[in-house]
Amino acid sequence: MAMASSTGTTKVTLPSDREILITREFDAPRELVFKAMTDPNLIPRWWGPRRYTTTVDKMDVRPGGAWRFIMREPDGRESGFRGEYREVVAPERIVQTFEWEPMAGHISVDTATFTERDGRTLLTVRSLFASKEDRDGMVQSGMEKGLAETHDRFAELLAELREETRSGAR
Amino acid sequence: MQEILSALAEPNRLQIVELLRRKPLAVGEIVERLGLRQPQVSKHLRVLSDAGLVEVRPVGQQRIYRLRARALKDLDNWLDPYRRTWDERFDQFDDVLRGLKQKDKEKKDGHGK
Repeated sequence: MAMASSTGTTKVTLPSDREILITREFDAPRELVFKAMTDPNLIPRWWGPRRYTTTVDKMDVRPGGAWRFIMREPDGRESGFRGEYREVVAPERIVQTFEWEPMAGHISVDTATFTERDGRTLLTVRSLFASKEDRDGMVQSGMEKGLAETHDRFAELLAELREETRSGAR
Repeated sequence: MQEILSALAEPNRLQIVELLRRKPLAVGEIVERLGLRQPQVSKHLRVLSDAGLVEVRPVGQQRIYRLRARALKDLDNWLDPYRRTWDERFDQFDDVLRGLKQKDKEKKDGHGK
């Protein structure tokens, strides 16, 4: 029997040479998922990696509206993410552009689709890039970020272990 | 990695990999399922084989192509940090959802405001 809190894990596939497809299931009806995902007040709590601080500069969720988030890394470095909403169909679909400011000009179009079944919501995000190079670059940058994150976590773990050793815990 | 990605960038080759995911196939079977001509299919199979994505084994008169698990593992490893970025994002979103559901429930139960 599945636990009520179980939502499965995120799947990432490459359905074509210019796309990335991300899927994830949530244990909540899609109205709630859609509402939570489009609420600027909630973005800082989930959008960025745990150890980063995310702030919302702009988030005008309607066709033609702009969004811009700023992410601050633990060492104080900041970078912006921005884009424009192209389609907003509550609670079914959001189409928006995505651009990381240090790599301005490399824009993807992300289509998020919310499908409800038995009170659960399947979210699929299809990212379409201008070229295969852009797509691969995005995956690669995830890798660099992921590695940095891993190193941060590792440093944290080491600090905890040191602390435990000092306090004499097993 | 770049070689694997380039090999998979061509739609017919991606389709061959999809076909071989189900089971190993002879060239003739791939030709039949894709509706391409044999020389084209052979060319695609050569690119896939050079990238280490497929391997061939003679069985009787036939040459049977199968996927190489190692290359797929490499691809999976390459995608993993990107997947983890999204996984972390959605795990945090899950916590947000749980909080919202809890609040809804309390409202319905008449606790809190």
